[in-house]
Amino acid sequence: MEQTMLEVKGIIKQFDKLEVLKGVDISVTKGEVVAILGSSGSGKTTLLRCINFLERADAGILVFDGAEYSLSKISKKEIAAIRQKTAFVFQNYNLFLNKTALQNVTEGLIVARKMPKEKAIQIGKKALDKVGLSDRYEYYPHQLSGGQKQRVAIARALATEPEIIYFDEPTSALDPELTGEVLSVMKQLAEEGMTMLVVTHEMGFARNVSTKVIFMEDGQVLEAGSAEEFFEHPKEARTKAFISNFTEQK
Amino acid sequence: MIDERLLEILVDSFWKILIPGIKVTIPLTILAFSFALVIAVITAMVQFANVRILKQVARFYIWVIRGTPLLVQLYVIFYGLPGIGIVIDPFPCAVLVFAINEGAYCAETMRAALEAVPSGQLEAGYCVGMSYLQIMRRIVLPQAFRTAFPPLSNSLIGMVKDTSLAANITVLEMFMATQRIVARTYEPLALYIEVGLIYLIFSTVLTKVQRVGEKKLSAYNG
Repeated sequence: MEQTMLEVKGIIKQFDKLEVLKGVDISVTKGEVVAILGSSGSGKTTLLRCINFLERADAGILVFDGAEYSLSKISKKEIAAIRQKTAFVFQNYNLFLNKTALQNVTEGLIVARKMPKEKAIQIGKKALDKVGLSDRYEYYPHQLSGGQKQRVAIARALATEPEIIYFDEPTSALDPELTGEVLSVMKQLAEEGMTMLVVTHEMGFARNVSTKVIFMEDGQVLEAGSAEEFFEHPKEARTKAFISNFTEQK
Repeated sequence: MIDERLLEILVDSFWKILIPGIKVTIPLTILAFSFALVIAVITAMVQFANVRILKQVARFYIWVIRGTPLLVQLYVIFYGLPGIGIVIDPFPCAVLVFAINEGAYCAETMRAALEAVPSGQLEAGYCVGMSYLQIMRRIVLPQAFRTAFPPLSNSLIGMVKDTSLAANITVLEMFMATQRIVARTYEPLALYIEVGLIYLIFSTVLTKVQRVGEKKLSAYNG
């Protein structure tokens, strides 16, 4: 039985007079890895930010865990409650610069979730071990490489045991050499059944790891379907052009 | 040039100047600067957080205080306010005026330092469930203090010297103590140089403390 975890209906977002999202619908089922593709300026990052309330949408409905919320009128309390069950990985990592890798992971547990310190440290170490950073607990962000920073950010996301993790172009700020280590961590999470919504330019990841692809263009969903269907039998001319662009590059 | 009598005066007066320095100048500086920091953090934070009316109050406060001389502020509070029935003793009056004055300058330092903290950390804090105040206290303010530490040290050293203005409102600090000795001995050149040197010693110690402090704070700053 497929269980819808997250559904967004008719989301609209304007910046001044520019309409960035023009009524987008998406849905994510538990355990799915959904890749959102599209060229720059298509609105995919804004979509992700609106879903986690980093931007306030002008209209639209969010269904999360069976409960329905208005994206424009949701209360702070409801936002806090939803954020307890979600995690966000940023393009620029956004690690806490005055905290060590381990403290970055435990901070939210101790401060926001009031977890006892010892237990938080235990969970934090486990999360860092999982992303292959067991020898970097006490390192500050400036002592880590980009790939390591992003893996700390993923550990920080994992530690809160979210039901879904949002990734906003997690490898776009990285040297090509370092994207691999981040992508393999994400692949491992996908294999373990973590629900993920990933805005990305990594076609390899979208094709091989994600179960579903959403292609956005000009603030709308142009095409959505299973990864296989999307890459093998794209329907729209624009999608075909987009995919062939990338295959030519390879 | 320096005869025996002058030497004796200088040695004798060194302690007579240093003791008010330790008993008055230093406590005055520490108290006033601590209050100034509290004022500065609050004033900077209401601007940073964009609290509508308070932000305007903060801008007004900074505008007035930075735009008028410290000496005038001392006179208004100490010699002016008694005219409407508000009398404050010299020492607390000096603490008050120095705190309000320095608070305005430090507020600008703190505001700039807050704005220099990469803002994505605020969003990251929200995403792990932290509240605005938790993020400010644990993530943003510690980093802002790190950035603000050198300019704040500057302000502190400046304040040590500015406390000499308190002599104008009858606070018996180092400078007034010197003036009194000068009035008795008629050796202004030597004695004013002497008190200047004592201020220099104080500033030098603070500069060293600043350096040690910066080293300690630099742990996470590559």
